[in-house]
Amino acid sequence: MTGVRTAIVVLAGVVVALLGWSWLGGGDDGSDDATGGDVSADDDGRPAGTVTVLAAASLTESFTQISDELARSHPEIEIVLSFGPSSQLVEQVLAGAPVDVLATADMATMAKAADAGVLDGEATVFAANTPALVVPAGNPGGVAGLSDLEREDLRVAVCEPHVPCGAAAERLTTLAGVEPVPDTLATDVKEALALVTLGEVDVALVFHTDAVSAGEAVEVVPVEEAESVVNDYPVAVLERARQPAAARAVVEAVTGEIGRRVLTESGFLVP
Amino acid sequence: MLVVPALAGLALLLLPMAGLAWRAPWGRLPGLLTADHVLTALRLSLTTATLATVLALIMGIPVAWMLARDNVRGRGVLRGLVTVPLVLPPVVGGIALLVAFGRRGVVGGWLEQTFGINVPFTTVAVIMAQTFVAMPFLIIAVEGALRGADSRYDQIAASLGASPWTTFRRVTLPSVAPSVVAGAILCWARALGEFGATITFAGSLPGTTRTLPLEAYAAIGAGDTDTALVLSVIMVAVCVTVLVALRDRWVRAL
Repeated sequence: MTGVRTAIVVLAGVVVALLGWSWLGGGDDGSDDATGGDVSADDDGRPAGTVTVLAAASLTESFTQISDELARSHPEIEIVLSFGPSSQLVEQVLAGAPVDVLATADMATMAKAADAGVLDGEATVFAANTPALVVPAGNPGGVAGLSDLEREDLRVAVCEPHVPCGAAAERLTTLAGVEPVPDTLATDVKEALALVTLGEVDVALVFHTDAVSAGEAVEVVPVEEAESVVNDYPVAVLERARQPAAARAVVEAVTGEIGRRVLTESGFLVP
Repeated sequence: MLVVPALAGLALLLLPMAGLAWRAPWGRLPGLLTADHVLTALRLSLTTATLATVLALIMGIPVAWMLARDNVRGRGVLRGLVTVPLVLPPVVGGIALLVAFGRRGVVGGWLEQTFGINVPFTTVAVIMAQTFVAMPFLIIAVEGALRGADSRYDQIAASLGASPWTTFRRVTLPSVAPSVVAGAILCWARALGEFGATITFAGSLPGTTRTLPLEAYAAIGAGDTDTALVLSVIMVAVCVTVLVALRDRWVRAL
């Protein structure tokens, strides 16, 4: 009996410790609030509140940075980011997820949301991306070009055809007349990239910006046709946004100066 | 006082399944059930879950036998460890399998260099993921039964000259057969439903690694709600059948 009691006490202790730690970790935001105290956050009419943003997986690094910078200049806006495959994000929005802003990695997925009438106005294109052929550092599979995606002896990862990176991969390989023999279909671009950085696959088709974000863990094999497969990234405020003014401020940050700089640094083409 | 939370609990448990039955495209069911990608996933799922259960029987019964014996040192710790997959998030199991058996993994790297064997992203990886997640169900069921079994029969068999192996095969095992069957069915059902470890360790490719749950996930991602619903209905039907088959043994075996 004492054994069980000790176990419960230990478990409770661990849970409380983790709880405290996780809340203290969130304390970074609290200190931001303190420094932002000089800014007159309580001016009437200033956009404020929590803005939930669903964004394509390939926007992970850039949107995180944009949100950090926005939080510094607008501490009264709290941004909650969630990343995933665009097609799934749209499904979540259509299923009624409490979301204020949606940013997808191609026009086709955004069109689905527009057709369903859940957007507040039109979507704005804020960036563009091109596909990239990536291999683990050192290129263990000896990949020389797009046609190596057909090699049976290599482990190949491509995205699902319905997610943007998969659609882009399909356009690229069709254009080049290559028929890939994938070993797995990744659910989003970051999963495909992770398989390359882990060295579990020899080659994958991701976006140029993902190759940039992975740094030295991957190498890019140049593909001539990649430049002609351009993916536009649209962003839109949703009709049921609870904080429309704050949501529009976030979209303005993405399409404006902060966004343009951060996105360019991440390797996006900016209109 | 207790009725309100009880009703809320029942609603939470039962409404989603009622919703499935309500939304399922019954009219399109025959067409969708015979669609190539659904049949491919179904075939793959049935094959892999069955092979995983066979593996679990071959390896799990001896593990259960070991755990049920009193003279094995560190038995308590060992039992705790083999039941970890019961509560571990399956995706963590997948990551663990990948770092162990992946190309750059401890065992995987050696396998590839020595034998040229690649495990991840193959059907073998699916079976391994399923076995990893499902075998503890069998081990627990069989171990419990072995512990409760009357060991005097074993002693009598041994005293009459039966070898340990004969005793195990002819006396011990038959006495716990109902629990072995119950454990195997639970194990099979868990293997059939495996998702997290599979998609992490085996990936998702139609015909090779994309089992029913992965096909349902891919379908919902592709906006093909009807297919996702049909696959869900299949899996609910299988689970209900399993539970009905086990209804008498449920309490006794576990």
